[in-house]
Amino acid sequence: MSESSPALQVDGLWKIFGQRADKVIGTPDALLSRADLKAKNGCVTAVKDVSFDVAPGEVFVVMGLSGSGKSTLVRCLTRLIEPTAGQITIDGEDVTKASESQLRELRRHKVSMVFQHFGLLPHRQVIDNVAYGLEVRGVKKAQRRQQAGDLVDLVGLTGYDESYPDQLSGGMQQRVGLARALANDPAILLFDEPFSALDPLIRRDMQNEVVRLQAELKKTMVFVTHDLQEALKLGDRILIMRDGEIVQIGRPAEVVARPVDDYVRDFVSDVPRSHVLTLEYVMRAPTPEDSREGPVMSMDTIVRQAAQAALASAHPVQVVSDGKLVGIVDDDAILRVVVAEESVPTAPTKQAV
Amino acid sequence: MTSAPTTEPGLTTSPPQTPGEAPGRVAPRPRRVVPLWGWLVAVVVIWWVASRIGDGRAVLYLPGQETTDFQDRFTDLKADLIAGRDTNVLMQVVGAVSDAFNGVVEQLQGLVSTPDLPRPVPQIGWLGVLGIAGWVSLAIAGWRHALGTMASLAAVGLLGYWVDGMDTLIITFFSVAVSLALGLPLAVWMGTSRRVNAVVTPVLDVLQTFPAFVYLAPMALFFSLGPAIAVAVTVLYALPPVVRISAHALRSVSETTIEATTSLGQTGWQRLIKVQLPMARPSIIVGVNQTMMAALSISVIAGFVNGPGLGKPVLRALTAGSNQVGVAFIAGASIVFIAIMLDRVTTAASERSELVARGGGGNRRTHRIVLAVAGAAALVSVYVSRTYFSFAEFPDTEVGPKVAEAVQSATDWTTSHFSGLTTGVQETVTTVFINPLQDLVAGSPWFVTGLALIVLSQLLAGWRGALSSLACLTGIYVTDLWYDAMVTLTSVLVATLFVMVVAVVLGVWMARRRLVDRLLRPLLDAAQVMPSFVYLIPVLALFGPGRFTAIVAAFIYAVPVATKLVADGVRQVSETTVEAATAAGSTPWQLITKVQLPMARGNLVLAANQGLLFVLAMVVIGGLVGGGALGYDSVLGFSRGEFFGKGVSAGIAIVLLGIMVDRVARGAAERDRSAPGLLARLRTRTPAHHLS
Repeated sequence: MSESSPALQVDGLWKIFGQRADKVIGTPDALLSRADLKAKNGCVTAVKDVSFDVAPGEVFVVMGLSGSGKSTLVRCLTRLIEPTAGQITIDGEDVTKASESQLRELRRHKVSMVFQHFGLLPHRQVIDNVAYGLEVRGVKKAQRRQQAGDLVDLVGLTGYDESYPDQLSGGMQQRVGLARALANDPAILLFDEPFSALDPLIRRDMQNEVVRLQAELKKTMVFVTHDLQEALKLGDRILIMRDGEIVQIGRPAEVVARPVDDYVRDFVSDVPRSHVLTLEYVMRAPTPEDSREGPVMSMDTIVRQAAQAALASAHPVQVVSDGKLVGIVDDDAILRVVVAEESVPTAPTKQAV
Repeated sequence: MTSAPTTEPGLTTSPPQTPGEAPGRVAPRPRRVVPLWGWLVAVVVIWWVASRIGDGRAVLYLPGQETTDFQDRFTDLKADLIAGRDTNVLMQVVGAVSDAFNGVVEQLQGLVSTPDLPRPVPQIGWLGVLGIAGWVSLAIAGWRHALGTMASLAAVGLLGYWVDGMDTLIITFFSVAVSLALGLPLAVWMGTSRRVNAVVTPVLDVLQTFPAFVYLAPMALFFSLGPAIAVAVTVLYALPPVVRISAHALRSVSETTIEATTSLGQTGWQRLIKVQLPMARPSIIVGVNQTMMAALSISVIAGFVNGPGLGKPVLRALTAGSNQVGVAFIAGASIVFIAIMLDRVTTAASERSELVARGGGGNRRTHRIVLAVAGAAALVSVYVSRTYFSFAEFPDTEVGPKVAEAVQSATDWTTSHFSGLTTGVQETVTTVFINPLQDLVAGSPWFVTGLALIVLSQLLAGWRGALSSLACLTGIYVTDLWYDAMVTLTSVLVATLFVMVVAVVLGVWMARRRLVDRLLRPLLDAAQVMPSFVYLIPVLALFGPGRFTAIVAAFIYAVPVATKLVADGVRQVSETTVEAATAAGSTPWQLITKVQLPMARGNLVLAANQGLLFVLAMVVIGGLVGGGALGYDSVLGFSRGEFFGKGVSAGIAIVLLGIMVDRVARGAAERDRSAPGLLARLRTRTPAHHLS
């Protein structure tokens, strides 16, 4: 895979709320814990020296508990909240140095956002809500309505064009929010806990919707959530935040398999490992005695998916990467992950599909 | 986050007998050795003893026909201003504004109320006015309200007050137009700039504390009596509601929506036009409604300064004494018809526009056709009213005088048959409440009363309250109207006491019984719409002129607002808490006294605050019907040139009294943490049902 330049690059980003916050950066005060800094001069550090890259087409999840600074972080990306220090580069352009009008151009064409509480305009029909971004950048009414109509169909709201937000359920309102964000045809989509106000069933539908749209549209996404299941389901990579700081960045399996500290370990302790871990994290180094007749699987196969074939075969699984044997997975290893995880020890082979 | 243990009102989770031993409490607050009410009683007792010792000395009584140097200075100032009318720049500006106002009012009068010479009648006669008013109501509020509007106007005409009614509407609408032209841009500025908001809000706070009455005197310094001063005073009084409510509405547009639309790259202008204004529109229309009702209320009071309209006949009848109650009644009824009409139509218009904005409101094409047909009918009515004399000038009918006569005889019958009852009530309240309190407040040496009031302010509202009371009392002392001010304060306190008793009883009843709420609330809403002036009429009929009448009128005027606040406060008490208390086996009485009222304490304090201000406004107007004291001094100031200075001084004293009671009540409310944000909400003087 060729190494393309990142779609979004964040470098040393800080956000400190409070008066004279900019004076704090670069002093020893900046390293104080949140409570100490607040006690000292009333400032609150929401985002503390955060850096990361997001590749084009990647779904990058920012996850943390409430108050961890994740919502502030995502708002800093298009300067809905003005960052205190640091650099944000989108499409080769330094967002932190952009003028008001450059910033508007960025928001109108390159980056859109979906909000937790939807933020729809109650006095406008669905179609005009979706078309709002086009309207503010001056697209003619007939054209923007037509474009917006296509998006209303895309998010599965066909027939609701002329409804008002009040008349829709929460899930449907968020579909409107999604369509509105897509209407500008942005390269990057930001999601700020978009589904946490929704019922669990609706939430799952919406998550599937995002997966579907991602497969269809290949947008770069930054997705903020406090729901680990959601993060694992959607994320190509996950950034875990605590008190404004990065605790860990990694692929879902990596975070679950190798938590960097007790905080993350605690977080992931309830995750059904077999659904997340890949063979990479359960294999052992091959030895010359190992049988070479078992099924061959790639390193990023999820354990649950490998289980049936692995257990059906009398030989251990051979894990390969770039055509080379890199590890061996025994039945034991599979069973440890699959069975030890399940609270009711039923036959795992029947569950696995 | 960092929550220090605070004393929470209402239910506490720990058993009350062991507050210090509850785990987790860092530093238990030492119990006050003497409770607050103990201090209050002690102050009053000492005050009373001192007043006995003083025995009527040093009360600073100034006889009604005397003035002092301080007061004469205003009289001289007015004379100087009038003398320098042609050279003083300020007076020239005021003169220009005055001419402009007079010109516009005259034009409008020629259009609908007075003969537009050389025509013997106005340009548009009564039928034409009915047609146009009906059409406008139809367009903005629907056909029911169109019928209501035409019926109200016709009723005013039948009662014999067509011309005065038109004049009142002219002053009201013109003032509202000026208020909106000034107020809406200001509101937008406040709504978008935090700094402007911070500067203007306290000014509006103070303006809204003033009783309508006190705007008259300072204005009379600059304007000569007539339409222009009526408009100027009305604008000044009507401006704050729309500014406050609109600015507040603009500021409280959902943060998420602003953020979401900003994230799509809108400009600041697009945000204002496409997001903030449309989303704030329902509240802005409520603000317009409030402004209109305020304008109507004071345009009537502007009868004092010779403002055209229905205020003049009411005023004439009220001052003429009890044999004119019938006439005052029909003039007052005309005001009521107009008030209800304006309120209903603007409220319906706001609801309707909201409905239409959200896609309701029926078939638009049908609506347009109906409007076109009705418009044609309105044009025909205008044409007819210009062509036929009897459709131009409202025909004289016997209805007005007959109603007046009937009311008069009913009043006479009532007063003669129930005089025992009314006199009994009057004498009881006077001897039990008013006289002893007046002996204490006004009859003590001035320094004793002053000190006592400052100490009480400190106890109730802390040092800031005491400081503002000190400043206000000093000001009152300077006006040389100390005794009158204290008499007025007595009336205010007595009326407010009764207001609170009734408001708590009714409010709790309303909050606990849905049916009672459904029956009472429309009545209270309607009562709040009435201009203060009309309350005097029935009370005067029952009790005759005097201090007591002013107090009763003030009581009636203030009860609705206070009752609604109490009811809303009690209803806001969380369901869960009430359920928990019921589950613990509380009797209804225990539930009310131990849970609902303590938890509604914030609203109770606010009800007292509003009650005080409403009562003060009315007690002052009561000067007109023998209420005496500051109200009388003000009236004297308008009616007799040589007492102008005394009138202005009385106005200043009224303002200072208002600020004093407001600050003390507010201080008490701010100390009470159970009422966060309520104060700000209340300042908009928005009826609670509009907000919910």
